Amino acid sequence: MSLLNLQLKVWRQNQGQPGHFQDIKASQIPDHASFLEMMDIVNERLIKDGGDPVAFDHDCREGICGMCSMTINGIAHGPEKATTTCQLHMRKFRDGDTIWVEPFRARAFPVVKDLMVDRGAFDRIQQAGGFVTVRTGAAPDANSILIGKEVADAAMDAAACIGCGACVASCKNASAMLFVSAKAGQLNSLPQGQPEKDRRTLGMVRQMDKEGFGNCTNQYECEAACPKEISVRWITKLNRDYALASAKEAFVGVQERAEGGD
Amino acid sequence: MKKAGAACGAVAYCQSELFPLMSAVFDSLFRFYASSIGKKILVALTGAMLVIFVLGHMIGNLLVFVGPDAINEYGHLLQTALHGGGVWIARLGLLAAVVVHVIATIHLTKQNRAARVDGYGKVASQVSSKSSRTMIWSGLTILAFIIYHLLHFTARLWHGFGGAAYEIQIDGHKAHNVYKMVIDGFSWAPASIFYVIAMLLLSSHLSHGVSSLFQTLGLSTHRSEPLFKKLGYAFALLVVIGNCSIPISILVFGYGR
Repeated sequence: MSLLNLQLKVWRQNQGQPGHFQDIKASQIPDHASFLEMMDIVNERLIKDGGDPVAFDHDCREGICGMCSMTINGIAHGPEKATTTCQLHMRKFRDGDTIWVEPFRARAFPVVKDLMVDRGAFDRIQQAGGFVTVRTGAAPDANSILIGKEVADAAMDAAACIGCGACVASCKNASAMLFVSAKAGQLNSLPQGQPEKDRRTLGMVRQMDKEGFGNCTNQYECEAACPKEISVRWITKLNRDYALASAKEAFVGVQERAEGGD
Repeated sequence: MKKAGAACGAVAYCQSELFPLMSAVFDSLFRFYASSIGKKILVALTGAMLVIFVLGHMIGNLLVFVGPDAINEYGHLLQTALHGGGVWIARLGLLAAVVVHVIATIHLTKQNRAARVDGYGKVASQVSSKSSRTMIWSGLTILAFIIYHLLHFTARLWHGFGGAAYEIQIDGHKAHNVYKMVIDGFSWAPASIFYVIAMLLLSSHLSHGVSSLFQTLGLSTHRSEPLFKKLGYAFALLVVIGNCSIPISILVFGYGR
């Protein structure tokens, strides 16, 4: 084990107020510490010295919950490919490095404090269609709906999205297309998702636009930053599904209902 | 259109009082334009039209190397197709494509800028090309170039291109001496230099735009994407070589002078 002496430039901000970078010395950091453990050490020292500890999001610390964030040296979740911040280790840095630590920046992700942002916009997008309606009662028989292995595998790839928001943070337009396309595409590829496919696609895209995310410019920084390596081909599928759903809505409309409806 | 689209995006269903019968379809179209993906699809479709035009325009222009008769007769053919109506159909179609392409991209770019108010202190990118990050600037420069180019060769404002010196007879009809216009036009160095710069930027724009339009139209797959990407680069290279060969041959190597 060796010890690293680092210079941090950490974003400090209170909700609704303008933020600034604070220079913090992180000396004697063990190289086998994770990035979050390094932040813990820094915070303990800040508290001991009577300072204000740096607020950041974290939960499982094993790369599956999607809670940790941080843009490290301009890259969401830092320089290591397919890795969340909690699984990033300090041995990826050199002694004497200056590290920029910033929140996932987007208008749709308002800063709560320092490195914590409110990712509630993702929840609202999910609520606008990222589900399948199922009947309650006993669990249905297994394999009562046959699904091709390739389709199941593809849907599983999309389902690997942990909703961390790195795609938004890494996109120069703060676009949420990779997240939305993975969540919509997962269900749109499966037979269980077919009945609500058009409604889901339109609903989720409209909610995404309403939240104030930017537009995709096909640069694929999201795919490079994604800790779960979600493919931008899901965005291709969302574009296709959205075009077809819009055309159907415009020229066919919703199905006529016997009771009339409103 | 922009205003109506924005309003329709905000409410669930908006009814047009002016066109009650058509409102359902129009409301949907406005909502389509108001949406992020809708605007992008329009940009991709108009981009595809312009890509095809750029290819046809270049092939036609290269007839300058075949000789005066070839390019002059080609020009005459375009001017007289469908009794002179063909050229206007093409012009209006292209004008509509350019207007939609430019307005939608400006609208999208403004939204993109607004989506991140506080920028990063340390900016880094991992995979995006410089061309893809400068699309709005290459695009706007190309727009300025298109206006200059139309005033130069279509409106024929300068160098006396509109005068009798540039008129010839083809099959007893009055026609433009396109060959002489091209040679004289590019003999003036500033024009040639601006053309070459514009073509380099067009090439940059196409290197991202061509493969991008397949993605936006939902046509890219794991298998086809590498092909579309190479196709885009090859097309960008072809356009810059083909189009720059004309001013460079004339100005540097004295072709036709």
